[in-house]
Amino acid sequence: MSVTSGPAEAIPAAEVEDVELYHPRSWLTKYVFCQDAKVIGVQYALTAIAIGLVALVLSWLMRLQLGFPGTFSFISPEAYLQFITMHGMIMVIYLLTALFLGGFGNYLIPLMLGARDMVFPYVNMLSYWVYLLAVLVLVASFFVPGGPTGAGWTLYPPQAILSGTPGGQDWGIILMLASLILFIIGFTMGGLNYVVTVLQARTRGMTLMRMPLTVWGIFTATVMALLAFPALFVSAVMLLLDRLLGTSFFMPALAEMGQQLQYDGGSPILFQHLFWFFGHPEVYIVALPAFGIVSDLISTHARRNIFGYRMMVWAIVAIGALSFVVWAHHMYVSGMHPWFGFFFATTTLIIAIPTAIKVYNWLLTLWRGDIHLTVPMLFALAFIVTFVNGGLTGLFLGNVVVDVPLSDTMFVVAHFHMVMGVAPIFVIFGGIYHWYPKITGRMLNEAMGRIHFWVSFLGAYMIFFPMHYLGLLGVPRRYFEIGEMAFVPPSAATLNAFISIVALIVGAAQILFLFNLAWSLRHGRPAGGNPWRATTLEWQTPQTPPGHGNWGRELPVVYRWAYDYNVPGADQDFIPQNQPSPGRASPEAAA
Amino acid sequence: MTAILLFLAVVAVIAGWWLSGQGLLTKPWLEVGPAGEASAAGSSPMPPAKLGLWVFLAVVGALLALFASAYLMRMHMAHDWRSLPMPGLLWLNTGVLALSSFALHRARLAARDGWREGVRVNLFAGGLSALVFLAGQLLAWRQVMAEGFLVATNPASSFFYLITAVHGLHLAGGLVALGRTAIRTWRGLGPEQLRLSVDLCATYWHFLLVAWLVLFGLLLHG
Ligand code: HEM
Ligand SMILES: [Cu+2]
Repeated sequence: MSVTSGPAEAIPAAEVEDVELYHPRSWLTKYVFCQDAKVIGVQYALTAIAIGLVALVLSWLMRLQLGFPGTFSFISPEAYLQFITMHGMIMVIYLLTALFLGGFGNYLIPLMLGARDMVFPYVNMLSYWVYLLAVLVLVASFFVPGGPTGAGWTLYPPQAILSGTPGGQDWGIILMLASLILFIIGFTMGGLNYVVTVLQARTRGMTLMRMPLTVWGIFTATVMALLAFPALFVSAVMLLLDRLLGTSFFMPALAEMGQQLQYDGGSPILFQHLFWFFGHPEVYIVALPAFGIVSDLISTHARRNIFGYRMMVWAIVAIGALSFVVWAHHMYVSGMHPWFGFFFATTTLIIAIPTAIKVYNWLLTLWRGDIHLTVPMLFALAFIVTFVNGGLTGLFLGNVVVDVPLSDTMFVVAHFHMVMGVAPIFVIFGGIYHWYPKITGRMLNEAMGRIHFWVSFLGAYMIFFPMHYLGLLGVPRRYFEIGEMAFVPPSAATLNAFISIVALIVGAAQILFLFNLAWSLRHGRPAGGNPWRATTLEWQTPQTPPGHGNWGRELPVVYRWAYDYNVPGADQDFIPQNQPSPGRASPEAAA
Repeated sequence: MTAILLFLAVVAVIAGWWLSGQGLLTKPWLEVGPAGEASAAGSSPMPPAKLGLWVFLAVVGALLALFASAYLMRMHMAHDWRSLPMPGLLWLNTGVLALSSFALHRARLAARDGWREGVRVNLFAGGLSALVFLAGQLLAWRQVMAEGFLVATNPASSFFYLITAVHGLHLAGGLVALGRTAIRTWRGLGPEQLRLSVDLCATYWHFLLVAWLVLFGLLLHG
């Protein structure tokens, strides 16, 4: 079967012997201790959403305090610090990272590549259970004496383990660090699976350059995460030792309440280096899967091939590599050498180039596209707007002279919420509206989806846009209460109250979304196998929801790239990847 | 952060070299057909477990390189660093670990020839010497403690315990895998499977030997 045999000739699929597959024997191994990547993906997603809800509630509490200071007696200054810390950490690690890589990664990688499952299903299952354990340890810290840590999500020593910080000398910080260590171990197990599956389990004809951009994004992000999370691991272990055994890795000589502590000579800056060596790549670990998913959503719902596919792939890889050499732009105010700052400012601006290329390519894909304003498409468009917005303020902050006065103000809070809070969350929503029909066989309710979208989109702008202004005024971040400050006009308080009310409304819209997820399971419109008329393999499965082993007896064979929409001369406005010729429907494309 | 950046540079070169063979310059929208270009009609012939191990080693390598980075930075950032009296026992331990690695090398050769008895003996020898190594490391800890260097005494001693512990834990994890392989060999594993399992153990052992040599050098340097 030579390559020259041409598209018209169907190629026999690779047979996979039945014995290679793992078969669940009971209800318990089918839905609970399951080794099927699809189930694991859903487990990951549901757990992440559940803990994300906690973070959402914490954001309400913070907003209540900021909007109406002095009204809520149960929010003490210590509690406020605990809220921001847990909110930030949960959102970044336990929600976004887990949902993109563990959730979307598990569900989509095997299906999009025409594989039956991940290559190491048992390790994959363990990955989820270790993640769950990490989440439980995290939740436990709400219930221990002293409560959770209030060190800020960056956990900077020395304050993180001193008695002045909530949880610093209690259980809070210990459980936080233990939970992070567990999370990293669990993620590594999953990450090995995602990488090796992409490398080894692609079906016949699925070259790397035929993979949907979703897979490219998740794959590159996983490689990055595998190499970046060890930095968090190292900092967590060493901080834990400083706290428990009294070592001085990070702790300088200091006195507390008039008492000299036993620490001596440690370097808080060392912690910052290690933390941000993980922390900056983390931004792109969240962003790259979002980039990939958005590309696929846009192409599908605008019925147009993605513009500049090759450039998109190169940009993903380039961003992945570059993001390991920009970490110190988070440390401009740490007293580093100016040349050092100059170097990192430069690399930071360079990384904007591939990012900008991606934005242009999305816009050019939309240009003259046959845009269907479905709910997934709305969220994809909202992502682009929000991401560009946050990216532009990022360019400001990337410059040392601009960053120094704005550092630790609400401007920074507004910036990172736009670029890595709201924007990726929109992609998660878009992705869920897009793939829910494949996962459950039913469509999500459209009317509820639109309400959810408009409230979330407009609301996010009403919340975070004014925050830029507050930051320019000089309102500091991580402050329980700003009280009377000469440079902050009284109108700032009105603005804060407004933001808080909108935040509550936006939060309510998320409850509507959760209701929709549950309601549509029963009452949603039956979706059929391919409701969006999409080309990628996950929509061509013989059953919907896909059965155990994903494909029937034979694996699909891939004949084309993932973006054949509106090809001139074809029967339909899309050609599935596994269809040999433009005119003839492939056997698998039915159902 | 020099150590980790060097390590990542090596990883990047390998990844770049591999990517250059993956047809990243092709124009997928012009190519219709079952295989596209030659390189990847699916995937490479390497067994997934083997590739999985290599990816895992890259992760462990990054972890150790980060510890090394932290070690070097902490050493040069402050004035309170006091060199440890390195117990001579560590040299002996190094020899034992090398022996262990050698035994696994022999086991790998035996598995290639399908010589079960040889696999068994060498796996046993390798496992036993690894255990001796771990015991030796514990003994070295006690010697350092006896010199008055406890975990929190000085950054040099903190790092000494930390780095040897991290390395030892990885070896202990390897021993679990080795034990499982040995048991399965006993139960009569197929020749293909046997070759693969022993191969994986040997690769991991050699990696940990090289890692130890680097880390030991680092500790001596301090
Ligand atoms: C309903 C949407 C959200 C609201 C109303 C909200 C609100 C807030 C508030 C009020 C703060 C504390 C500001 C301060 O006093 O310094 C904060 C901090 C933070 N938020 Fe959000 N947030 C939301 C969603 C998200 C999302 C989706 C992410 C995901 C990345 C996120 C990540 C963070 C981080 C990392 C911090 C910093 C924590 C720290 O300073 O240690 N937030 N958020
Ligand atoms: Cu950054």
